[in-house]
Amino acid sequence: MIDQVITITSGKGGVGKTTATANIATALAVDGKKVVCIDADIGLRNLDVVLGLENRIVYDLVDVVEGRCRLRQAMIRDKRIPTLYLIPAAQTRDKTAVSPSDMVRLIDELRTDSDYILIDSPAGIERGFRNAIAPADIVVVITNPEISAVRDADRIIGLIEAEEKGPARLVLNRIKPDMVKREDMLSPDDVVELLAIELIGIIPEDEKVILSTNRGIPIVLDGKSKSGQAFRNIASRLSGNEVPFISLEDSNGFFGRISRLMRSGGN
Amino acid sequence: MSSFLDRILGREKSSAQQAKERLKLVIIHDRIDINPGTVDILKDELIDVISRHVEIDPAEVRIEMTQDGRQQRLIADIPLNPAGRRRSRQHA
Repeated sequence: MIDQVITITSGKGGVGKTTATANIATALAVDGKKVVCIDADIGLRNLDVVLGLENRIVYDLVDVVEGRCRLRQAMIRDKRIPTLYLIPAAQTRDKTAVSPSDMVRLIDELRTDSDYILIDSPAGIERGFRNAIAPADIVVVITNPEISAVRDADRIIGLIEAEEKGPARLVLNRIKPDMVKREDMLSPDDVVELLAIELIGIIPEDEKVILSTNRGIPIVLDGKSKSGQAFRNIASRLSGNEVPFISLEDSNGFFGRISRLMRSGGN
Repeated sequence: MSSFLDRILGREKSSAQQAKERLKLVIIHDRIDINPGTVDILKDELIDVISRHVEIDPAEVRIEMTQDGRQQRLIADIPLNPAGRRRSRQHA
């Protein structure tokens, strides 16, 4: 069975949860799937701007939970990709405005009428994180190869297991192949060995991500970008396809290691 | 550049290697919710208990936390002194 409700979380802030949510959701929708993404970061919403939908918000998640509008009314349809919808977070409230059971109820209502539901979790391990993982079928933990981000990822993986939402899957963001080669950056092998969960994506560092966020156009819509390709591959793997990991550079060495990782990925 | 030379000559670990080793320890302690100082106390107490029954050399005792996937293990390597030496010491 394909996991329909996917929560993206990280522990540490600023490692790429929102960018990953926007891009994986867009890639799935471009593939013809009906996708609803939900910004669970109440008080610090950003999925709207990353998707370029900020000017179309009328109602938000808290309006739905508190009964001020129907679920349908809070779903913003992306005009570029007609099967992509966003339910934005409230900006002037805090995480306590929504409970984990509210989230489960709301997502259950969406399940019958959509192929995928992606939830963008806030950073941290408090209420907002619990709201985001409560309705999840699968939890994706995103980290970058920095010591603080990996440590926080490990904490969050433990909490996901404790909530019986594990095993989480891993996405490694902002890898710089040249630094890895010089042994000045933790390699994907290192991080997988430390965190001991299945790797489902490696995103190379890519300046184009900043450009795409500036414009509100997800990078997966850029056919030539390597990070866009990496996000499309994650979407495909989440849909149940076996996709080889892309070469981050031309050297056989690095590619060889990545493909070995993929083969030994499952645990 | 000098750090690169040091690394080539095996004088210094790469920064990635250092990060990995530091993370390994931090993660193990985070997972079992025990501070590194507590591990030292545990080690001393363990030596104390074992010494009541067999003779050991505290300097040779190695106790460490290791990671096996998402499982942690406490590995204790405690060389035991031979009985002969123990007896002769007791008689001395």
